[in-house]
Amino acid sequence: MSDPIIHMDSIKKHFGNVIALNGVTFDVRPGECHCLLGDNGAGKSTFIKTMSGVHKPTEGSINFEGKPLSFNSPRDAMEAGIATVFQDLAMIPLMSVTRNFFMGREPTKGRGPFKRFDLEAANQITMDEMRKMGINLRAPDQAVGTLSGGERQTVAIARAVYFGAKVLILDEPTSALGVRQTSNVLATIARVRSQGVGVVFISHNVRHALAVGDRFTVLNRGQTLGTAKKGEIDASELQDLMAGGQELAKLEGSLGGTV
Amino acid sequence: MASEMPASVDERIKAESFATRLMKRPELGAIGGVVLVTIFFLITASPAMFTLPGIVNFLTPAAQLGLLGIAAAMLMIGGEFDLSIGSMVAFAGMIFGVLVVNMDLPLALAIPMTMALAAAMGALNGFIVLRTGLPSFIVTLAFLFILRGASLVGLKIFTNGSTQLRGVREAVQGDWLAPLFAGDAFGGVFRWMAEMGWISKLRSGAPSVPGVPIEILWFIGFALLATYILLRTPWGNWIFATGGDKNAAQNSGVPVRRVKIALFMLTACAAALVAIITVIDSGSTDARRGFMKEFEAIITAVIGGCLLTGGYGSAIGAFFGAIIFGMVTIGLTYTTFDQDWFQVFLGGMLLLAVVFNNAIRKRVTGER
Repeated sequence: MSDPIIHMDSIKKHFGNVIALNGVTFDVRPGECHCLLGDNGAGKSTFIKTMSGVHKPTEGSINFEGKPLSFNSPRDAMEAGIATVFQDLAMIPLMSVTRNFFMGREPTKGRGPFKRFDLEAANQITMDEMRKMGINLRAPDQAVGTLSGGERQTVAIARAVYFGAKVLILDEPTSALGVRQTSNVLATIARVRSQGVGVVFISHNVRHALAVGDRFTVLNRGQTLGTAKKGEIDASELQDLMAGGQELAKLEGSLGGTV
Repeated sequence: MASEMPASVDERIKAESFATRLMKRPELGAIGGVVLVTIFFLITASPAMFTLPGIVNFLTPAAQLGLLGIAAAMLMIGGEFDLSIGSMVAFAGMIFGVLVVNMDLPLALAIPMTMALAAAMGALNGFIVLRTGLPSFIVTLAFLFILRGASLVGLKIFTNGSTQLRGVREAVQGDWLAPLFAGDAFGGVFRWMAEMGWISKLRSGAPSVPGVPIEILWFIGFALLATYILLRTPWGNWIFATGGDKNAAQNSGVPVRRVKIALFMLTACAAALVAIITVIDSGSTDARRGFMKEFEAIITAVIGGCLLTGGYGSAIGAFFGAIIFGMVTIGLTYTTFDQDWFQVFLGGMLLLAVVFNNAIRKRVTGER
């Protein structure tokens, strides 16, 4: 297996006297999908914010492409190639897909006072990138507000990949989606992986994770409970780990294994 | 897994007709409004309204308001309001008058100095809004009073007790920059057209319209420039993004603070430009100048398709909004109606525009 793009070792993060992360070890290799599972409050958000440069770890080391690295801002992380798609997607419903796609990073043509937003090129790239992700836009000037939740997610992912993401962090990408939309997003993740991007998939839905993941790391009470490869672990074991082994076995029976 | 999934066309999406696409343009309402108002006055007003002198007559106030309205529209798209622009017209007018009359400065110095001071006040507005996180509505409402009061006090100080400062026309007479900000353009063309008998003449043989009032050219130029910036430059994209969702824009690397400050500076400079043009034109400045113009500018922007919530609108829309405004203000004098219907008419237009825009927004975003 290839070397990890990013390796985070024994990350600790304290907020005052609250210990949010207490020794988390996590890595992502190119072209793999590493799922980070955990229940609410397990520290998933704090961890991805540490990974994407929003927080600085209190203790622990981050190695990016083999070199130790410390991010001072989300911008640093973005420039290094760590893109995060948060739940709000950073999309503006009233603006067109193209304008959202290139928001803050508009291609220009012309010089000096005649430097202008190259809309033709931007439209073309947007259409192409979206087609690669399996979405045929009606028109690139279609407002994002008219897209479905899954399509918006796909725009956000396509945007991150187009702008050179090496690691793509997806924060609960399927939590608000229907069945069909979820399968579209999972297919998008598979496509992104095949381009050699390492995907960090954050979820508390074990079934979605098992559908795309190569490795699974469970976070509980700010600690990693170990990493398992695909095929080494099944849904109910993951579920139990997430809940810290509490009582879930009992619940599982009554819910018929569909949590 | 890596195989390309054929991108299918969703059979539930109907093809859009040309009419639907047109419906989605923010300026459509304003253009429709111009058509309606024109039809209304073609029926009710005396034919003199749509002769060349009549058109210049209603385009001149439209241009003065439009300069403010287009700037207000850009600021509204960026997600903020500026209620101080009306007072800024008086304030900038006072500063300009003092520089030209009391200090006897040439326009080449007085105009940049007035603009710079206005821009600084605009930046201050923006800075306070961003720093405190208060709604710009409240912050600029404070400046509405501060600047109006400062204009009154300032004028009294510089004129020894009067609220009017005269003598501007004499002071700028012969200044090489004056023709850019006052009078009429293309006078030669108009004289020639009058000689050819294409346009009406006065009894002396001079054309009844001496040329295009300079503010109309500024108005058209500003509308074109603003539209270009909004639709064809990265800055335009940043303005829409900033007004649409500040956090999303910030997270995507848009310099939200710089955009907002720049827009506040722009509205203040537009107010200063209107002040300079109108002060030179009338030869004097007074503390009531620009009174209520902040609301008229916002109405212009809203008729032009701007949403009060930001992130949507158009400069061309505001351009037509201002023309509607000019037509209604002046047009009523060509009819037998009582002129005071003007405000009723205006309120009605505003209400209609807001309802219309709201419906349009729902169509654009596909809200259900």
